[in-house]
Amino acid sequence: MDMTVLLKRVPDLVEDLEVDDSGKALDEDSVSLKLNEFDDHALEEALLLKEGGGGTVTVIALDGEDVDKMLYTALAKGADRALKVMGGDPDGGNQALAGIFVAALDGHGGDLILTGVQAADDRDGQLAPRVGALLGRPCIEVVTEVNPGDGKVTVHKELAGGVVAEYEVDLPAVLGIQAARQTPRYAPVSRVRQIQESATIDTVTSAATEGAGFTVVAMTPPETGEGAQMLDGVDELVKVLDAKGVI
Amino acid sequence: MAEKSSYKTTAERRRTKDQSFVEKEQAVVEGIDISGQWNRMYEPREIQDYDTTYLDKLTDLPGGESMGWCYQCAQCVPACPVDTAGGDYAPRKIFRRLQNGNDFFNHRDLWLCTTCQNCLRVCPKEVDMIQIIPAARALAVLEGNVPDELQEMFQNVAEYGNPMGQSPRKRARWTRKADAAVRVLPKDPAPVEVLWFVGDYYAYHGRGVDAANAMTRVYNRLGVDFGILGADERSDGDSQRLAGEPGLFEELAEHNIAQFRKYQFDKIVVSGPHAYNAIKNEYPKLGGEFPVEHYTQFLSAQMPKLKPLLTRPFTRKVTFHDPCYLGRHNGEYDAPRALLQAVPGIEFTEMYRCKAQGYCCGGGGGGMWLDGYAALHQTERLSENRVKEAVEVGAEVLAVCCPYEVSRFEDAVKSTDNDGKLEVLDIIEILDRCME
Amino acid sequence: MAGDVLVLAEHFGGSLGDITFELLGMGKTLAGEFGGTCTVALIGGSDAMAEELGGADLVLRLGGEELADFNPEPYGEALLAAIEAKAPRVVLIGYTSMGMDLASTLAVKTGRNLASSCIRVEGGERITTTSQLYGGKMDVRSDLGTAPCILSVLAGSAPADAGRHDGAPTVENLDLPATAGRVRFKRFIEPEAGDVDITAQDILVAIGRGIGSKDDIEVAEELAEALDAAVAATRPIVDAGWLPKTRQVGKSGLKVKPKVYLALGVSGAPEHLEGMKGAATIIAVNTDKNAPIFNVAHYGLVEDLFEVCEELTEALEDR
Repeated sequence: MDMTVLLKRVPDLVEDLEVDDSGKALDEDSVSLKLNEFDDHALEEALLLKEGGGGTVTVIALDGEDVDKMLYTALAKGADRALKVMGGDPDGGNQALAGIFVAALDGHGGDLILTGVQAADDRDGQLAPRVGALLGRPCIEVVTEVNPGDGKVTVHKELAGGVVAEYEVDLPAVLGIQAARQTPRYAPVSRVRQIQESATIDTVTSAATEGAGFTVVAMTPPETGEGAQMLDGVDELVKVLDAKGVI
Repeated sequence: MAEKSSYKTTAERRRTKDQSFVEKEQAVVEGIDISGQWNRMYEPREIQDYDTTYLDKLTDLPGGESMGWCYQCAQCVPACPVDTAGGDYAPRKIFRRLQNGNDFFNHRDLWLCTTCQNCLRVCPKEVDMIQIIPAARALAVLEGNVPDELQEMFQNVAEYGNPMGQSPRKRARWTRKADAAVRVLPKDPAPVEVLWFVGDYYAYHGRGVDAANAMTRVYNRLGVDFGILGADERSDGDSQRLAGEPGLFEELAEHNIAQFRKYQFDKIVVSGPHAYNAIKNEYPKLGGEFPVEHYTQFLSAQMPKLKPLLTRPFTRKVTFHDPCYLGRHNGEYDAPRALLQAVPGIEFTEMYRCKAQGYCCGGGGGGMWLDGYAALHQTERLSENRVKEAVEVGAEVLAVCCPYEVSRFEDAVKSTDNDGKLEVLDIIEILDRCME
Repeated sequence: MAGDVLVLAEHFGGSLGDITFELLGMGKTLAGEFGGTCTVALIGGSDAMAEELGGADLVLRLGGEELADFNPEPYGEALLAAIEAKAPRVVLIGYTSMGMDLASTLAVKTGRNLASSCIRVEGGERITTTSQLYGGKMDVRSDLGTAPCILSVLAGSAPADAGRHDGAPTVENLDLPATAGRVRFKRFIEPEAGDVDITAQDILVAIGRGIGSKDDIEVAEELAEALDAAVAATRPIVDAGWLPKTRQVGKSGLKVKPKVYLALGVSGAPEHLEGMKGAATIIAVNTDKNAPIFNVAHYGLVEDLFEVCEELTEALEDR
């Protein structure tokens, strides 16, 4: 099975995000970008599928700072090919990004395209179903398990309440991965460095695509409402629990 | 991970091998007739009985050679802290299992060593686990075989430059709560006397921050001209190197060396023995030579200035735990003791296992991030074993000078039901209290 | 019609989900502002479900029993047919597992704008939405202008009661379009029983990423024992295999309403908040004073969760 994994970088939430002077975007100085954790799961699931039943894994991402390292890391983990799209707007939203990826993949992307179920900055829908719709392929989101079959895959989709629905999906298809069957693997730095010496990253120029047809007018940290009453130490916490009659 | 047993049992060997012996019907040696049974010799039992695949795999590794030198004298066994904690361990046992065809690279034996170096101290053959273990782990990590807890640490350090997975930007955040000024060199790059390499635990861990604040107060009272790298500092990398990630170590070391080169300073003073070991012994291999002292060395050298400041008595029974990477690895046993002896009112007691024979806390060589793994394969944690000893010698305070140890020993105090009996303090916290 | 709203009903196991009524309440308000009507698209539903939708001006039924179990392909086609038939100005879809399969797909197929993770929608001449992004750390307001659009709305953004009305709604049937049959529903897999039922607990001790390692869950378990509570968790903890799926609170986990929800090292991502904001009292412990969990918590403590756990466990044991 030939697979493509779409990788997207998102602001790392361990940072204290701040709004810039325009009041409409994140302050770049407060942001560090990292691979969307769900995309990392998508890559892991693809690698597991390849190891289980053969095939190839191509990873694709938009160009940007440290993107090479991210792609080399994916190669070090076992991806076969890395493709970098030059000139795309990383803040253009998923509508634009889906178009860019589909064009860069020449409308193909192999038997199965995988990406993260969602990302922290999804403001105009999710990448997987957008790509699926552009390619006219079936798409399932919130996938936690993929089992290959003959010309199809059987997937587990998480619904609410811990219930999982099982579907059979004809290939080619697109999947939004919630969690891989195992924790995404670690790529030792020495291997990443080694790959960096030997492997190449293919590049392709971004197609011009239409972005979200609406604009952000304001970005603010959430209103805290009344907010939490802050306690000073465990003693006060005990008093609260006592007052609620639970201890 | 299953232990493989492709070798023959002793009984099987006896049946097949012990039958074959040679004896000459006629033999005279130096005029004495030793014909027949008198010259009977058993044929040597051949090591080829065993599957040496994994022994060879290990001894073929650069750094792994000395595993093959073991002659099973077993002096290392009582010296090994892991064996003492019920881990059925020590180089002798590892070698024996390797001889028996055990796949070391997929076996708990690979991960239990804390690289404390106590075995090397007693080994007549110089079987050097400090070389063997990192080499073997590096191969295992490359093969994708690494315990989850450790993998998570690698991931965090690779991504954020600290094992906690905290934002690197927040590395200097602790200074906001410090009640004395801390100069952050990237913001104020003028020459400085001491570049203080704060370290992960002092920067991010709750109890470490206590020590970092204490250090700041002590430096200020002493009038030390010091600065820190702030958000530009990364893990020293030594534990990552010993845990099997040499590439990550190099990346971190290269980063830190580049930061050091930006500033003019007399010396680097580190909070922890692992950073000390890295900067003193490993960074020079990557071209980064800098004068470095552990904080106990730096402060004990200033005794004439320090001692008059220690005015408030600390009338407690105190014992001291030698960090492996300050003591055995780098030969410094006196500096921390000199500081403790300078504390007014202190009653200092040594533990049985101290100085060169000091017992390991279990946190070295990546052990800090293999706690759950180790607990599965030992009857107790090393830190628990050590805490019991501290209680046994009658100590009320266990003084330490390695940032890993405060939380390790505090946990062990609780898990051994010694809560309230033994307090764990960084030496710098004791000094700070005596100055208040 | 230019001022109409279309709401997608969601159902599982024969009954409508809360999200349906939340969206319906929201849709009615919007339709009121537009001077239009609010229609619910009920795909694969039953008569009983239709009767619960008295709050809608119209219930548009597509298919029945044969589509009782969700399948993104026929559901997508059916919803597309509904949109084409009614040409509403706004389509409201839950930002749920089912909704995630549909909203983006329909945005592409209809060429409409789609704003996701909405927690507020303001109607009028232009439509303005507020989306909760960046793990709940930022509210992003977007101007969608006057063009028809699709909005995917986070569960719990509006009260469900506003959408619950008795009375027989007008029902209209719409023929199901043919589908390619490339996706086939096989079965539901229920979570393994036998574990604690966290939805039935008075007190929950919930742990998030702040717990750090699997080994440290013990600390929370000890506290839970002292509180006579159960340990619940966020998705990352369950994904890492540290606790069973039955303990997961949130979008893809369970919804809980205990008397006290003690959140330890839980940052407060929207997906998690969805599952627990109905708790009577929420107490959050986190070292990050800016963690979004403090916005929904009633009480907060900015401290190391391990210290709090231990001190609290001791304090409770001493009582």
